Amino acid sequence: MGATHEALTSSTIIVTILYFARLRQSLGLAIERVELPAGAASVGALRDKLRARGGAWTEELASDRAVCIAVNQELAEPGVPLRDGDEVAFFPPVTGG
Amino acid sequence: MDEIRVQHDDFDAGREIARLRGTNPRIGAIASFIGVVRDVNEGDSVAALALEHYPGMTEKALAKIVAEARSRWNVIDTLVIHRVGTLMPTEQIVLVVVTSAHRREAFAACEFLMDYLKTRAPFWKKECTPEGERWVEARASDDAAAARWREQA
Repeated sequence: MGATHEALTSSTIIVTILYFARLRQSLGLAIERVELPAGAASVGALRDKLRARGGAWTEELASDRAVCIAVNQELAEPGVPLRDGDEVAFFPPVTGG
Repeated sequence: MDEIRVQHDDFDAGREIARLRGTNPRIGAIASFIGVVRDVNEGDSVAALALEHYPGMTEKALAKIVAEARSRWNVIDTLVIHRVGTLMPTEQIVLVVVTSAHRREAFAACEFLMDYLKTRAPFWKKECTPEGERWVEARASDDAAAARWREQA
């Protein structure tokens, strides 16, 4: 990534977050927009930021809780970087079928 | 042909199978699976099931699962219908149909599609029990069933 490119982009990005099933219910939220520093925006960093809100957030997003995270509708590992406009979804392990 | 449908309405497996069978004289085998709502889970009676999903991702995840099945077996058609919304005991939840020239491919691909659907497609069940509503927890046995196919890959 060239320094020129970095300088031209804004220093923060905005992602849309969706919550499903038990997470939506216990967090009391289905959708929100969150601003993140562009340089340090990853799936793992977003989870850490949300967990720091306290209460149900800290409990549901604790590191020992099984939480699936999808970026633009594909399952993503903590290291996946986030870009402006991404759709990020948090949900518990799936139980269909 | 591959077809994926997520819908509130019930389905008629006989009609779906007849439709697929009528399209291609190369079909020699048809395997199907239907999942149904039980009235008991984890020892508690279940009065109803609420099924939710992640519109958009659900269809993409199912398409990936179907593509993976096609990379493993020589199948002719796949059909996946999954219902969402409120379902009562004895109601149908999911239908998977696979057609192929011979039975082995149809059986294997049908079981694979169900095992992967249960662990990779973003659907969630909430049960209505006498003690109130509760989200169904993912089962380790479902993960183990899906993992078997990775060993065979």
